[in-house]
Amino acid sequence: MAKNGRLNIDQAWELYRSAGFHELGGKAHRVRLEKHTEPVVTYVIDRNINYSNVCVCGCRFCAFFRPPGHSESYVLSRKELSAKIEETLLLGGTQILLQGGHHPDLPLSFYEEMLSFMKSKYPIHVHAFSPPEIVFFSRMEGIGVGEVISRLRHAGLDSIPGGGAEILVDSVRQRVSPRKCSAAEWLGVMEEAHSQGLRTTATMMFGHEETPKERLMHLFALRDLQDRTGGFTAFIPWAFQPQNTAIPREPETAVSYLRLLAISRLVLDNFDNIQASWVTMGPKIAQLALFFGANDFGSTMIEENVVAAAGVHFRLSVEEIRRIIESAGFKPRQRRMAYEWI
Amino acid sequence: MLEQGYFRKLGLEDISHKVAEGARLTISDGERLFACPDMNALGSLAHYARTRLHGNAAYYVVNRHINYSNICVNGCRFCAFSRKKGDPLSFELSEEQILDKIRAGGKELTEIHIVGGCHPDLPLSFFEGLLRKIGHIQPNACIKAFTAVEIAHFAKNEQIPVKDVLARLKSAGLQMLPGGGAEIFSPRIRERLCPEKLDGKGWLDVMRQAHEAGLKSNATMLYGHIETVRERIEHMVALRELQDTTGGLVCFIPLSFQPANNQLSHLPPTTGVDDLKTIAVSRLMLDNIAHIKAYWVMLSVKLAQVALCYGADDFDGTVVEEKIGHMAGAESQQAMTRREIEMNIRDAGFEPVERDSLFRPVASSPPRSDR
Repeated sequence: MAKNGRLNIDQAWELYRSAGFHELGGKAHRVRLEKHTEPVVTYVIDRNINYSNVCVCGCRFCAFFRPPGHSESYVLSRKELSAKIEETLLLGGTQILLQGGHHPDLPLSFYEEMLSFMKSKYPIHVHAFSPPEIVFFSRMEGIGVGEVISRLRHAGLDSIPGGGAEILVDSVRQRVSPRKCSAAEWLGVMEEAHSQGLRTTATMMFGHEETPKERLMHLFALRDLQDRTGGFTAFIPWAFQPQNTAIPREPETAVSYLRLLAISRLVLDNFDNIQASWVTMGPKIAQLALFFGANDFGSTMIEENVVAAAGVHFRLSVEEIRRIIESAGFKPRQRRMAYEWI
Repeated sequence: MLEQGYFRKLGLEDISHKVAEGARLTISDGERLFACPDMNALGSLAHYARTRLHGNAAYYVVNRHINYSNICVNGCRFCAFSRKKGDPLSFELSEEQILDKIRAGGKELTEIHIVGGCHPDLPLSFFEGLLRKIGHIQPNACIKAFTAVEIAHFAKNEQIPVKDVLARLKSAGLQMLPGGGAEIFSPRIRERLCPEKLDGKGWLDVMRQAHEAGLKSNATMLYGHIETVRERIEHMVALRELQDTTGGLVCFIPLSFQPANNQLSHLPPTTGVDDLKTIAVSRLMLDNIAHIKAYWVMLSVKLAQVALCYGADDFDGTVVEEKIGHMAGAESQQAMTRREIEMNIRDAGFEPVERDSLFRPVASSPPRSDR
């Protein structure tokens, strides 16, 4: 790595491809310790609420969605939504991650009303609507992305989750999620959100039909946008879970996940936080991820439906998350969406 | 390679020198390694030691586990498998049931791993007969059977010396002993967790006699319950001393305690960091035992794969059917296919080598059906 310089894509490729496992992990861990000098690992208490599983997108990697009219399709009622939020607050939760599908019949006003309802009734941070949903709303309503974000913001939206990024390379998106927004549209939503003062996260779902180099292209696209806006709070890589999806293959192995995490920490020098994914990798690998660049243990996930639909069911209590962090030698701290400690 | 500056900052420069020179580590070196806060530093030391021994190879075996019975006169508190005779959940496979499983293993089977509880009245002649028949059905597979605890139990039941038990089983076809029942040798722990079981000295003595009789064996350690780090390291050192005398230990297998369905269910499971530290320190302490196993049944497949980068060189095998770990809550699958094992090994950066029980490469075989 160039001293005082940042990695270019060729240097990153060389490291990702050929560095030894502990060499790569060690470099990432050193960067992580420089960025966060206190030995703290954060976590957030929240719940994933999926307001609906109705989706016309039909991504091949998705085991969660149901087409409109399907017997298992649903839209949550206000009563169900309230019960979920109240339970979250009782458990010490600070935020709701609210996402759904691309529902063909719900107007933007439905979402505005849902947000107003949640924000007027409960003291909770609403982290909602990934960029593909926002692009979908904008197309459906025939208005610009900026206006959609502005209307949702005025209805109470606090921040935007980084879902739906998958791999930010259009040739990959055309194969695995042809009806979902393009890479430029995804990045455009985030740029617009940041310019309107909303913080967002960024994800990557890897291990389906992308090449290793396309993973790096994704990281560099995020780094470039972050250079312009500084609006991303965290990067969250997820390994694709193939069960019940239309992409048959073996899931990514733990070593492959840890290497990707480490190269992310090294490339994304302008991101403060990298999240470990116990939901997909299990608590043991997520704990080790704290030595491969991750400084955040993610969420307690009082509820999680999307990964669970792909047959992966890890569950952790707050106490267990704290014990895992402590036994790795770090201090656990509960945080909010923007990574302030509580 | 080992960068000395890196280890100097961690206060481990002397240990990293010893590792580079292949010098023996002390108990206090082991304790300092356990206390190392940097998992990449510890991993690179263990990886250095395993690479010197095995290069880029990582081993696996096409094997089949058979648990012949869970009826056991002992009542170890960490065990979720054992049942008393007459308990509705007890089982006892008949000779024919066992032989059916052996036949189903097909021609590809390289190792048959047989262990069970300390059954109160199955005579030694039953096992002698069983081994002979298995040898007839699977003449090319290695029979690795009966922990040191079972061997001592047979001797007690038959009122004959351990040496005679070993000789009779060997002449019936026994080729190797698995490493189970070692738990933690510390008398303090055994008194509290498994007072009825053969003690640590007794376990080591059975193994010494087995090695003297020309039978190789493995050795395990059950960790992550109420033992201290020092007791883990003392366990490793006791094995290292036995190995200096006999050279009969083939592979060391750290087993993480599984807390479901036993009398220690109030304890939390081990964490990934603790599992990997235990693997790494055992690789570094056990300079005279060639192999360290990442036993996926207990660790989970994901962590077992990572363990290959923390000093382990063996992935165990296809297993097919496992009861002891799974009854205690191990969440891993029942079996792995050869393809899954090889994919995990390759993806961790190693070259898969199919081995027999003694870690001799299995002569390159024609492409096999997926199992």
